[in-house]
Amino acid sequence: MDDFTATSSAALTNRIGLHARPSVKLTKLAKKFESQIELAPAEDGPWVDAKSIVKVMAVKAAKGTILHFRATGPDAHAALAALGALVALNFHEDELDHEGRPGSAHG
Amino acid sequence: MAELRFSGRVASGGFAAGPLAVLLNAAGGARGAGEPAAEAQALRNAIASALHQLSDLAARAESDGAEILAFQIAMLEDETLAAAAFSAIEVGATADRAWRTALDDQILEYESTEDEHFRARSSDLRDMRDRVLGALSGAATDSRLPSGAILVGEDLTPSRFLATDWSGGGGIALTRGSASGHVATLARARGVPMIVGLAFDLGGVAHRTEALIDSESATLCLDPEPATREDFAARARAARRSRSALDAFRMRPAVTADGTPIAVFVNIGDPAELEALDPACCDGIGLVRTEFLFNQGLPDQETQYRVYRRLAEWAGGKPVTIRTLDAGADKPIPGLTLEHEANPFLGLRGIRLSLARPEPFRTQLEALCRAAVYGAIEVMLPMVTLPRELELARGHLEQALAELRAAGVECRRPALGIMIEVPAAAIAVEAFDAAFFSIGSNDLTQYVMAAARDSDVVAALIDPSHPAVLRLIAQVAAHGAQVGRKVSLCGDAGGEPKHIEALLGAGLRALSVSPAALGRAKEAIARVDLRSLG
Repeated sequence: MDDFTATSSAALTNRIGLHARPSVKLTKLAKKFESQIELAPAEDGPWVDAKSIVKVMAVKAAKGTILHFRATGPDAHAALAALGALVALNFHEDELDHEGRPGSAHG
Repeated sequence: MAELRFSGRVASGGFAAGPLAVLLNAAGGARGAGEPAAEAQALRNAIASALHQLSDLAARAESDGAEILAFQIAMLEDETLAAAAFSAIEVGATADRAWRTALDDQILEYESTEDEHFRARSSDLRDMRDRVLGALSGAATDSRLPSGAILVGEDLTPSRFLATDWSGGGGIALTRGSASGHVATLARARGVPMIVGLAFDLGGVAHRTEALIDSESATLCLDPEPATREDFAARARAARRSRSALDAFRMRPAVTADGTPIAVFVNIGDPAELEALDPACCDGIGLVRTEFLFNQGLPDQETQYRVYRRLAEWAGGKPVTIRTLDAGADKPIPGLTLEHEANPFLGLRGIRLSLARPEPFRTQLEALCRAAVYGAIEVMLPMVTLPRELELARGHLEQALAELRAAGVECRRPALGIMIEVPAAAIAVEAFDAAFFSIGSNDLTQYVMAAARDSDVVAALIDPSHPAVLRLIAQVAAHGAQVGRKVSLCGDAGGEPKHIEALLGAGLRALSVSPAALGRAKEAIARVDLRSLG
């Protein structure tokens, strides 16, 4: 099996950053891949396990952060493509999202 | 005991009064220290048990609650969360102490964040901490909080909110809490009043017994004086009248207690009524009385077209049932209706007059066909007695369409239905090939009961819930259901709570009421249980 490392990055543009619900979605997606996947709020880290919601939440990545992904394993490319798409699509949270409503926050 | 009053911030609006229930944080309990392996097993079991409880709660929760619980579940499933606790157990800590310390460290971490959204998550972590501690000590954290009580505490956890029965009222008052947290979101969605950021010592209020939450003044009042209680009750009543009757029911789809949806339309006598009306509050317009257009002589086609088009556009695709001119009887129009009829209610009125004087009728039909391009306009004929009247009117409608098309004017054929207000039409309803039937209960009642609507002395006979009237209504409803044609009721009875149960019991599933009656009609509908009506 060919193991290799790939990297990518995507800007967090959802309204309130990488918080509870986005983190649930991101870690669930990451767990679907065999590769070891890490993310960081900057190019030089600190890198954390993207399959651990506790660690992902601890990054406290705010809106506007450029998220960096690093994957090592047989499905590294597929993993990065999927995670990049999730971030680019704002975690599928549309305008009517609870997190977007003034005075209300979920997540 | 003198009343106490505290000010805070409103997290969820409303008024609530009830017994005080002080929330105590789940105690750690005094567990004896076991071997590290046994302690680690105890913690694993407790986490598994907490996950089990959360999954059960998530399955019962509405979508908002389920998403919040999904976060807690994901966190508890992550081995990283308890890693520090298991390390501490290895070097001799008890399971509960190790878990509490590990979670408290994380809670502190979240609480010290600048971002309020992250900070608000600390209540989820406290929730998880207490749930696992509860499982460790064997305490039932799911023991229901008293229904209708005012819960007072430091903070309320989302799972505890979800485990509480709010159907009997109640409210939440917290010394910490967050107006942007999960519990606030849940409270707003459920309409549970909630005040946060109250400055008092919990221990100092635990012996109090009664609490009022007032979101207008953002206060919590404990053991209120009689005058305070009266003032609170009066303002809560006023707010309830204007809000719950109007907001809670008015804007909601109408559903009976057994879950049967009822279509509720509005009756419009003047287009100005629409200005203050949100189309979302109804399923369309069930009756437009076009007599308002004929106040100053006969209106031309263009004037009528503009008014009908505006009605269609207001409704945004929902049905707009426009009744053709119903002149005569109590609605005379000089120059059009007959004068000096001995018994005008039994005379030349409604469709009878329209067929006898077809020019104004044709003008109206042309305007309606033009406006039908812009929405779901339906044309309703008043006072129809014979199938032949419907067919003659249909002939006029077809001719109106043909003339408009010949002139190159954009138009569309509207659905053609009839009012059921003459007993003959109700009794022989199957003879009419109408697209829909709308029961005019005011006239139907006066004709069935032989009691004039405009006579005080026989007013007691005007009862739309009389078995004879209801039997006719039931027959029309049954016919409509059988042949798949819409049946509704647009008389005043539809907006009167005392008649609504009988009308729904007769088989009606659509009512058209005045805009002001929307709230009370929907509220009355919600109280009807069709299963108990047989």
